[in-house]
Amino acid sequence: MIIQDSKTLLEVHGLCATVNGIEILKGMELTVRYGEVHAIMGPNGSGKSTFSKVLAGHPSYQVTDGTVLFGGQNLLDLAPDARARAGVFLGFQYPIEIPGVANSQFLRLAYNTMQAQHGKDELDPLEFDDFVREKMKLLEMNPDFLDRSVNEGFSGGEKKRNEILQMALLAPRLAILDETDSGLDIDALRVVAGGVNQLANKDNAIILVTHYQRLLNYIKPDYVHVMESGRIIKTGGKDLAVELETRGYDWVSAENKAGAVVPA
Amino acid sequence: MTVAAPNRYLASLLAGQPQLPASPLAWFNDLRSHAVDRVGALSVPTTRDEEWRFTDISPLTGIPFHPVRGGSKPDIAQLAEFILTEAGARLVFVDGEYAPLLSFNNTGITVTSLASGLASHGTVIEPHLGRHAEFQSNAFAALNTAFLHDGAIVIAPRNVAVSAPLHVLHVATQKGAASYPRCLVIAEPGSVVTVVEEFVALQNDVYFTDAVTEIVLADGARVHHVRVQRESGQAFHVSNCAISLGRASHYQSVSVALGARISRCNLNVVQTAEGVECAIDGLALVAEQQLADTHTCIDHAQPHGVSRQLHKCIVDGAARAVFNGKILVRQGAQRTDSSQSSRNLLLTSKARVDTKPQLEIFADDVKCAHGATVGQLDSDEVFYLMSRGFPEAAARNLLTYAFGAEVISRIPVASLRHKLEQRVLAQTNSQSVSK
Repeated sequence: MIIQDSKTLLEVHGLCATVNGIEILKGMELTVRYGEVHAIMGPNGSGKSTFSKVLAGHPSYQVTDGTVLFGGQNLLDLAPDARARAGVFLGFQYPIEIPGVANSQFLRLAYNTMQAQHGKDELDPLEFDDFVREKMKLLEMNPDFLDRSVNEGFSGGEKKRNEILQMALLAPRLAILDETDSGLDIDALRVVAGGVNQLANKDNAIILVTHYQRLLNYIKPDYVHVMESGRIIKTGGKDLAVELETRGYDWVSAENKAGAVVPA
Repeated sequence: MTVAAPNRYLASLLAGQPQLPASPLAWFNDLRSHAVDRVGALSVPTTRDEEWRFTDISPLTGIPFHPVRGGSKPDIAQLAEFILTEAGARLVFVDGEYAPLLSFNNTGITVTSLASGLASHGTVIEPHLGRHAEFQSNAFAALNTAFLHDGAIVIAPRNVAVSAPLHVLHVATQKGAASYPRCLVIAEPGSVVTVVEEFVALQNDVYFTDAVTEIVLADGARVHHVRVQRESGQAFHVSNCAISLGRASHYQSVSVALGARISRCNLNVVQTAEGVECAIDGLALVAEQQLADTHTCIDHAQPHGVSRQLHKCIVDGAARAVFNGKILVRQGAQRTDSSQSSRNLLLTSKARVDTKPQLEIFADDVKCAHGATVGQLDSDEVFYLMSRGFPEAAARNLLTYAFGAEVISRIPVASLRHKLEQRVLAQTNSQSVSK
C-alpha cells in the first residue's frame, strides 16, 4: 500500500554491478518506502535476478558504482549475514538444498539469530516447534517438512513455501522475492501469494522480481518497473503489468529507445 | 631404554611383555606362539610398502612403548560420558585388560571376556579366533595375536535376536603403554546383534593401541557393527577388522575416526557365500597434525553379493586423511552389485586427502559404481545460510557438521549418535573460519 509521507526504506542510486567482469547492472535507480509493494519485471537477462542478489550481498557479484541506502544505512558496507540481521530478506529463485541439516534446526537457528539481534529471548527446540507449526499453517505446509533436511527432495512448490516460511519467521523489513512464482502450480501460487499478503504491512516493504504477470493477480503491486539492460526503463502502476502481459516487453523497449533519441 | 631399529621394533615391544600364562587349550597356545614367530619375522611397514604409501608410521617407532602395568582401574563415574544408556551388555577393557567390575551383561547371550569364553565355548571359538584376521604378513595383527590373553567374546546363538546394543569399551589410562584389544563376534545362523566398539582415553597421553576384531556371520545372520575411535590426540591407533560373511547374511558397519595423532584402520570383508549384503560407512574427522588412514577391502568371492560404501573425510588444519577402498569381484562372482563413494571436505589450504578407489573385477556380469570427490564447502550453501543471518563462521560450521552427520545418522544407537553429533559440532565450532 502507498502510505502518505511514509519513510524511505531503500534508496538505490546509480547502481552498477558485474559478474565475472561482465557488467549486468548499469545505473539502477529505485526508491522503496515502508508499506509498498514493488514489482520488477523484464525479459530474461535484463538484470532482475542480479539486482536481487546484489542487494542480498551475493559474493559472486561486484558492485562497481552507485549507492544503496537501507534505512539510512550504507547496505553495501555490510556482509550478507549483517544485511539479513538488519532486515533484508532474499527469497531465492532456486532455494539451496542442504543435506544433513534438519529444516527444524535450520529454521530455529535462523530465528534465534534474529531474536538475539533484537535483544529478545531465543526459543528452545520445544518452544520453537509450537511457534513454527503455527506459521506453517499460514502456508498450508505439512509439519513433516520440519524433520527433513533443508529443501532436500522438496518439490519446487515446497521449496518456495519453505522460503516464505523463513520470511514469516525472520520478519524482514524488506523482502525481495526472486521469481517466487516460478515452478508453482496454481494452487501453490495461491497459497504462497496468500502468505506474502498476510506478511505485508506498513512496517515492511516487498520487492517482487518476476518474469510473468501471473503472480501479480494475487499480490497487488503499488508500482511496476520494467528492467532492460541493467536498469529500469519504465515505471507504472499495476495496470502496466496487465499491459505487459498482453503486449509483451518489446513496445516498452521501443518506446524507451525512441525516448532516448528525442532529447527531453 | 633405547629404541630398537625399525625392523626389530615389533620384537622389542614383544620382549617387554612378561611371560603370558599358558592356556590349557593347546590350539590357543599354538596360535599365540605362531604369531610370536611372525612378529620375529616381520617389521613395521614403511612408506615404501604400497599399502602404507601415504601413512608414515615411523613416529611410532621413535617411542619405546611398554606393556600395561597393573595400575588402578577407573571407577564407573569416570566413564560416565562413555555410557550408552541403551546397552544390553557392556564389556570394559582398561588398557586392554578386562575390567569385570565395570562390565555387565543382561542379554542372556554370551558377552564375556576371552578367558571365560574359552572356558565355556572353547570349541565354538577355536575355528574363528585368529583365523580371519590374517597375521602371516600383517605385522600389527601378528603383534596383537602374539599378545592374546584378554579380549571380548560375543556369541549370538542360532535364531536369537538381541535388539539392545552390546558395548565394548576400550579405555586408555596409561601414558607410554601399548595395549592389544581383541574382539571376536560369532553370529550363528539367523541371529541378529549390534556391537559397538569404542576406543576412548581418560587423558591426552601418548600411547599405542593395536586392535584386532574378527566378526563371523553365519548363514542369514545380521550384524550391525559400530566402531568409534576417539583416542587421545597424541595416541597411535592401528586396527585390523576382518569380517566373514556367510550365505544371505547382512553386515552393516559405521566407523568413525576422530582421535589419535596417527590412526590406521583396515577393514576386510569377505563374502564367502551367495546372496550377501553389506553396507560399510566411514567418517574421519581430523585437524591440526592428525593423520587418519582407512583401508577397506570388500571381497566379492561369490555371486549375487551386494555392497554399499560411503566414506567421508573432513580435514582441517594441517591434517591428512587417507582412504583406500578396494572392491574385489572374483571370477564367478556374477551379479555382484557394488557401489562406493568417497567424499572429502578440505577446510584449509594445508589439509590433504589421498583417496584411492580401487576396483578389481574379474567377473563380466556385474554392476560396480564408484566415485570420489574432494572439495571445499559449497559457496552457494554458505551464502544461503548467511542470507538467513548466520555469521560466516557459523554457516561453515553447520555445513561441515552436516557433511559428517550423514554418516553419523546411520548409527543405529540413538544415544551414541547424539554424543557423536555433539562431538562433531564442538570440533567444527573450534575450527578456524575460511582460510
